[in-house]
Amino acid sequence: MTSVITEVPKAQGSAAPRATILRLMLGLALALTMAQLAGILPAWLHRLPQAVIPPTALFLDRVFDFVQNDLGLIYVTRFIAEGPLEFLLDTSANLLEGKRRWPNLGPIPWSATAGVAAVVGYALGGWRLAALGAGTCVWTALIGQWKMAMQTMSVLVVAAPLAFVVGLCLGIAAWKYRWFERVLKPFLSVLQTLPFFTYLLPAVIFFKVGPTAGAVATIIFAIPPMILMTTLGLKKVSHEVVEAGKMSGCTRWQMLRHVYIPAARTEILVGVNQVIMLCLAMVVLTAFIGMPGLGAKLLAMMGSFKLGRSFEIGVTIVLLAVTLDRMSKAWVVKQPQHFEKGTPWWVRHRIPLLGLAVFVGFVLLAQLFPILGSIGRKQHFSQGKEIDVVIKSFLALDGIRGVTEWLRWFLNVKVLIPFRNGMLAIPTPAFILMVVAFCYWLGGRRPAIFGAVFFSIVALSGWWDRSIITLYAVISAVALATLIGIPLGILAARSEIWSRRVLLACDTAQTFPSFIYLIPAIMLFGVNDVAVVFSVLIFATVPLTRYTVEGLRTVPPEMTEAAEMSGSTRRQKLLSVQLPLALPTMAVGFNQAIMFAFFMVIIAAFIGTQDLGQELQRTLAGTELGKNFVLGLNVSLMALTFDMAITAWAEGRKRALGLE
Amino acid sequence: MKLTAFLSAATLVASASTAAHAGDSSDPIVIPIHNWSSQIVMSNVVGQIFEQMGNHVEYVTTDSQAVYESVRLGDVTLEMEVWEGAFGASYRAALEKGGLHDAGDHDAVTREDWWYPMWTKDACPGLPDWKALNDCAHLFATAETGDKGRYLDGPVDWLKHGKERVEALDMNFTVINAGSAAALWAEIGSAEADKRPVVVFNWTPNFAEAVWPGEFVDFPVWEEGCDKDPAVGPNPDALYDCGNPTSGYLKKAAWDGMRDKWPAAYCALTNISFTNPQIAEMAKMVDTDEMEPEEAAEEWLSANQAVVEPWITSCKG
Repeated sequence: MTSVITEVPKAQGSAAPRATILRLMLGLALALTMAQLAGILPAWLHRLPQAVIPPTALFLDRVFDFVQNDLGLIYVTRFIAEGPLEFLLDTSANLLEGKRRWPNLGPIPWSATAGVAAVVGYALGGWRLAALGAGTCVWTALIGQWKMAMQTMSVLVVAAPLAFVVGLCLGIAAWKYRWFERVLKPFLSVLQTLPFFTYLLPAVIFFKVGPTAGAVATIIFAIPPMILMTTLGLKKVSHEVVEAGKMSGCTRWQMLRHVYIPAARTEILVGVNQVIMLCLAMVVLTAFIGMPGLGAKLLAMMGSFKLGRSFEIGVTIVLLAVTLDRMSKAWVVKQPQHFEKGTPWWVRHRIPLLGLAVFVGFVLLAQLFPILGSIGRKQHFSQGKEIDVVIKSFLALDGIRGVTEWLRWFLNVKVLIPFRNGMLAIPTPAFILMVVAFCYWLGGRRPAIFGAVFFSIVALSGWWDRSIITLYAVISAVALATLIGIPLGILAARSEIWSRRVLLACDTAQTFPSFIYLIPAIMLFGVNDVAVVFSVLIFATVPLTRYTVEGLRTVPPEMTEAAEMSGSTRRQKLLSVQLPLALPTMAVGFNQAIMFAFFMVIIAAFIGTQDLGQELQRTLAGTELGKNFVLGLNVSLMALTFDMAITAWAEGRKRALGLE
Repeated sequence: MKLTAFLSAATLVASASTAAHAGDSSDPIVIPIHNWSSQIVMSNVVGQIFEQMGNHVEYVTTDSQAVYESVRLGDVTLEMEVWEGAFGASYRAALEKGGLHDAGDHDAVTREDWWYPMWTKDACPGLPDWKALNDCAHLFATAETGDKGRYLDGPVDWLKHGKERVEALDMNFTVINAGSAAALWAEIGSAEADKRPVVVFNWTPNFAEAVWPGEFVDFPVWEEGCDKDPAVGPNPDALYDCGNPTSGYLKKAAWDGMRDKWPAAYCALTNISFTNPQIAEMAKMVDTDEMEPEEAAEEWLSANQAVVEPWITSCKG
């Protein structure tokens, strides 16, 4: 990294005062830490005394109470939850899984759904997608999870379109009114980094435990990228297109409907893809507040130590995610089809007609052969017990045991525990100074100021030690993930085939419910920080590898060719051409790794931690909304500090390298 | 499946379903389901009893700590398993705020304490005495705990006071908190492979008893006030110097509005009471026999008609 910095001239400011400021901050931090270690630092400089910490949680509790009861917000939300939202959810639940509600038609036979999935897959991406769509349905049905999967889907088919519509509208509003965008941006940033525990509780209180709360929490989680992508897409619409629209005399509505939105189609559809993926990511977490289906079953299976069945549910979720992901991506690439004038209607609509025919055909067949309608317990092919045995005997292999025992000892005693104690020993002001110095060095003045403000708020929240422990787990996991993920990405990027394989593995690792990692992590390493770091590590490696591969493969070919022509070796080419050019993209991956790590470290509370996640998990029990929010905001503020610094750096680099 | 439910309904309470609850609302009774088998099956059993009485029932999956807020608000109508130890705190907090009440105890008693799987005893034959356990502390040592033994306690929010007990009894153990029940099982499961001695937090009735036979550690017997008065128990200067009570309650809780809205179902709920063997059997049907919870509930009901009938008949009009 240093070698690159020397090559490119600094974009802003002279270097001298910058270095002085940095040295000053770090020197002060070092002095404070030394004083602390020597035992001469007054206690109030080490940690803020309890007396000066404002009662934020109590204050927030009052605010919530006021909004909920005095302003009567709860009546509004309850009306929405029990009225329209519940109606939609009941309808979809009836159709998909046969809940006894209006319109009392369902459940749709699994074979009919599989058939339609195949037709949709074929229409979007040919035979391969058709096989994927139908195959996923067949797998789910055969493994005996059809009903659960449909319970999950019945919520998602309501939540995803709602997230899409609301996100689209907010995105359009943000594009239309600059002030709105400015107000919305910080909210979205916080929302994207807020731990899920924080909005589970409000969702329960305001929207009633059950599918309604599950749907609302899912929507909130899935909406930010939809808004961002919509705004981005609309901003990119070229002037020529807009001019053309104006010249043909479009009204404002027509401009939006027929000019802007079609022109921004690709970005909007990428947003849709993100919505779908995030909805699936929430399947297990929302089970805590009443989301029925796969997630709930998974939690029950894990509660009774059935690894095999949990694993099968995980596979189903991955298959659903991959299918929906590939289909929605194929939809992004597919351009609208146009027909010559005079084409008969059944040719123009042959795909929907085919789908309808398949659907009706299977519904009728299911009346004759009940096995096509639903598969009972004794007919399915679940191999839960057998997989249990395989997993357990794998984890018990002497070789594996030996390695994990050693790793556990080495990481715990030599690395993690000293690192953690070291971080906790640093006095609060010194720590803030170090963070600010880091942000300043990386991103310049603006991120540094935000870093200072954010970390001061964390210090004032009264949860400093737990915040530091959270940060310690994140840093340890991301550091290890960097050591694994980047070399992996570099290796994979050498060939097209391996790139594709590794990217598929990334997709799988990302959509596989993170809960399932926890159990093997504990079985390998026991309940301690190594298991926590290990489970976070799996999640954090994914974006690092993905963006390394993508960064390296999108290096302009003229650059690599130039390097080859000047006779550089493969190593030289990699180190002096490809990596520097890929670095801004890799930084995005690094940033995402940190965000993912913050997300996962909270889930790792289920292993057993002493950080913010543990406290957050505890607030699930009570009604301490205020405390819940303070804790959530701490996580969010720390994550945002890094996000801002790294993003600022990556953008600066891109500009300097002329990649934008 | 539907058919058997219908048949058992018919045979069980043919008369009850018509006469009993003219007063019951036709709104569904919402029953919460958590992530352990006995609770899921028991909730299904109770749900099917209510259905036999002519009520509509719906199930909702929730977190076992967060559920009390939902019962309080009436989003969920009742809770079948309130454990004294694990959920007592959340339950009492909700009770104080109002909205739910105690709907009686089960016959079953609960015990939660330090526990070890049987293979541990081979390494440390003096068990289950706690002093013998303390003498074997080195067997439980791990890389992080140095020469002290490692005891894996339940999640902190279960308030098990493991640390306090170790200090009060001056034991040579370090207490580590697991984050969830699943973490406890994973730890036992991993120790099972090489029969490594472990001592963890556990409770009964529980599916784990069937998978890994084991015993509770015998601590100084619980005396009333052991958690409030330092003088009680062997150490005159410390709290928590006794084992946990060996017969904690297992309660049912109900939303305040249930009494008026579904009087007959409410009456049945207050009558319902399961015993330890019954709960163990329900858990076993799912955990070992691999049944789905609904089927297990149906089967259990048809095998135990004699038990269930009086609960319903006494609530007739």
